[in-house]
Amino acid sequence: MGEILSFGAASGQAARVDTVFLMILVIGGFFFVLTQGLLIYFAVKYRRRRPDRDNETPQITGDYLLEFFWILIPSIVVVAIFYYGWLVYADLRIPPAGATDVYVNARQWMYEVRYTDGRTAINEIHVPAGKPVRFILSASDVLHGFYLPDFRVKMDMIPGRTTTLWVQPDRPGRYPIYCTVFCGAGHSNMTANLIALPPAEFAQWEAGGERGGPEGKGPEALAARGERIMKSAGCLNCHAVEGKKIGPPFKGLFGSRVTLEDGTTVAADEEYLRESITDPGAKIVKGYQNMMPTFKTTLSTEDVNGLVEYIKGLK
Amino acid sequence: MTGNPETGRGYLAERGWRSWAYTLDHKRIGVMYLLTTIAFFLVGGVFALLLRLELLSPQAKYFSDHTYNVFFTLHGAMMIFLFIIPAIPSGLGNFFIPMHIGARDVAFPRLNLASYWVFVAGFLVVLASLVSPMDTGWTFYTPYSAKTGAAVATLSFGIFLIGMSSILTGLNFIVTIHKLRAPGMSWHRLPLFIWGMYSTSIIQVVATPVVGVTFLLLALERLVGVAFFDPAKGGDPVLFQHFFWFYSHPVVYVMILPAMGIVSEVIPVFSRKPIFGYAAIAYSSLAIAFIGFLVWGHHMFTSAMSPLANAIFSFLTFFVAVPTAVKVFNWIATLYKGSITFESPMLYALTFIFLFIIGGLTGPFLAALSTNVQLHDTYFVVAHFHYTMMGGTVMGFFAGLHYWFPKMTGKMLNEKVARIAWALVFIGFNVTFFTMFIVGTRGMPRRYAEYVPKFHAENVVSTVGSAILALGILVMMWNFVQGLRKGARAPGNPWYALSLEWQSASPPETENFHEVPTVTAWPYGYGTPKGPPA
Repeated sequence: MGEILSFGAASGQAARVDTVFLMILVIGGFFFVLTQGLLIYFAVKYRRRRPDRDNETPQITGDYLLEFFWILIPSIVVVAIFYYGWLVYADLRIPPAGATDVYVNARQWMYEVRYTDGRTAINEIHVPAGKPVRFILSASDVLHGFYLPDFRVKMDMIPGRTTTLWVQPDRPGRYPIYCTVFCGAGHSNMTANLIALPPAEFAQWEAGGERGGPEGKGPEALAARGERIMKSAGCLNCHAVEGKKIGPPFKGLFGSRVTLEDGTTVAADEEYLRESITDPGAKIVKGYQNMMPTFKTTLSTEDVNGLVEYIKGLK
Repeated sequence: MTGNPETGRGYLAERGWRSWAYTLDHKRIGVMYLLTTIAFFLVGGVFALLLRLELLSPQAKYFSDHTYNVFFTLHGAMMIFLFIIPAIPSGLGNFFIPMHIGARDVAFPRLNLASYWVFVAGFLVVLASLVSPMDTGWTFYTPYSAKTGAAVATLSFGIFLIGMSSILTGLNFIVTIHKLRAPGMSWHRLPLFIWGMYSTSIIQVVATPVVGVTFLLLALERLVGVAFFDPAKGGDPVLFQHFFWFYSHPVVYVMILPAMGIVSEVIPVFSRKPIFGYAAIAYSSLAIAFIGFLVWGHHMFTSAMSPLANAIFSFLTFFVAVPTAVKVFNWIATLYKGSITFESPMLYALTFIFLFIIGGLTGPFLAALSTNVQLHDTYFVVAHFHYTMMGGTVMGFFAGLHYWFPKMTGKMLNEKVARIAWALVFIGFNVTFFTMFIVGTRGMPRRYAEYVPKFHAENVVSTVGSAILALGILVMMWNFVQGLRKGARAPGNPWYALSLEWQSASPPETENFHEVPTVTAWPYGYGTPKGPPA
């Protein structure tokens, strides 16, 4: 399928999306042939041959049984399509364990890439082939999009929110990334590349650059930055890594389910951590007071990403 | 036939601009709407041609990227707000709702005139915004629309006024259909065009205030700095999308339902057979209007809604397909054992069905979550909505124009020229837009002034198609002008139709009927010896 209308699917996910596409195409094709066939057949067969027949056409005004079936059958068909569409989608939304995280921030008109080890890049994302990679997406100015046609997935990049997307490139290659949400004059030139390297080459690439040094001496790992910010921004005055203080503790937080004051629970993912730093009053953990100030203007996106990455590591 | 040959130019008899500007006659107001909206259709079409011209080359060639962005914004905004929303309801609807139900006018003639002039005020404000033309796309997504240098507040105020006009018209139609039906015109004798218009009017009255408020909030954000949507100040850009689509999704049914109504009128007339499944067609319009309110989230599957919310919106979206499919099956069944002729109104009605089937069957690709995530914001979506909105609504509009031209003007159109125009439109449309399904599936995003060379071939084909389509529309317009100037005198009922509007003179007199008709049967009793002669 992919070979005809698109090009080779670059991942198992993409192949599954193509299967859904193909299924809808076959079902749609059946109804296309049925309806257009009857439309054209009737139009030709029952064209006016003699004017006096105008007054003898049968008085057919409906048929309840037929109507029942052509309400029932489309209903069943659409539920089936919905179901398969959902099944594959659910799989697209749940990243496998052990995915490599890459932070990507969009601004007019570029993608700023930051690896967890502190390296940065513009418009080029290097990942190892054959392993899942998870993108943690944000935007600085306006809405942007993150579309990987070879992987059949996209996600909006929204200022003030964190969104995520994962892919697993099955084979090495250079895959285009397009911005799909209109973002101004440079929109159609806002493209990037996902470069999937064979594992050996990736290890070489990874070893190539400087990283992990203290501030001012080469790039700083995101988690290290987070640890530094956590001390300097005063987080630990109210929070502890382990154990209840004024605020809730960090250890084991990421990936857990947090019970809020109204009794509902929420998954502690990147978006939850980000929101709790920039808009602490939005979700109050059960048993705590709403007294934390916002760090929206005092911390940069990089700082917040660093904190998120640091907290993620506190298992 | 109660048509009176002595009335001559009928409602058109009075002359001078005052007789138009101050008229309370629903027919004249309808004609003014038609001329205005067709003018904007042509202007919006010119923008479309400029877009296609630029896309002949992968790199910017004729215009800058910014100019291209302005063009697609104006193409979308004009086609949606100034043409396709008002054209059938306010144009053909104004003219034919009272005539279809045997009334002398709409319920509130002054309000009707007011809604036209509010519409004019709206488009004047829209034109004023051209000093610093919009470059946001017709969706006005924040935060870009809150930051760009263009006249967003002006344009959104213009659309606010147009929306107000739309609400007034919808309100007027609802009351008219409830209160002014001729004696004997029970709900189940209502022509299906009226059912379509009734469903549309409900959506207009219920949904339009939401977009009005949304644009006010956007204007407040730009002018006063109140941050509803700007995340830097605590707002939420996704909230804007919810507001926007809460209106802009139901509004696609404002566009399509009246066109479906026209098709439901034309098919039985030219098949000389009763409509198949009257009740199913009538109630499916209401069903579409209702379900249409519950599916706006399908525009936002990649906008950070929760997967559960996405699943619910996807599920509900699929159910729009059911009442829509019912209509298509019923129209096709109406053809069965008919005595079909292919005058231009019928050609456009059959084209509507043909193209709308393609538009409809490509819907599930976008309603299913996994394929939506692939195809969202690509040319596949552009192709899908042009198949439904242009292949559907606009073809229905053309069917209506050709069908009712003799009634509105008292002149017949040149049928041969009309068929040449139809053939060009049919071929041009498919060449232009079917190609977009392919290039969209291959991954070309929409709203791209420049694109990678691998999409070049499809874009060239599509541009060639758009030229054929434009030629067809030019021939059609020329035919309308020629028909007005020197068309043969139209009889009262040239198509031998049974609905009430044909029981008046062509063109109708000022108050439509000599005496209010009494209705004794539904309007689809074709094919019986007692029916009208062929």
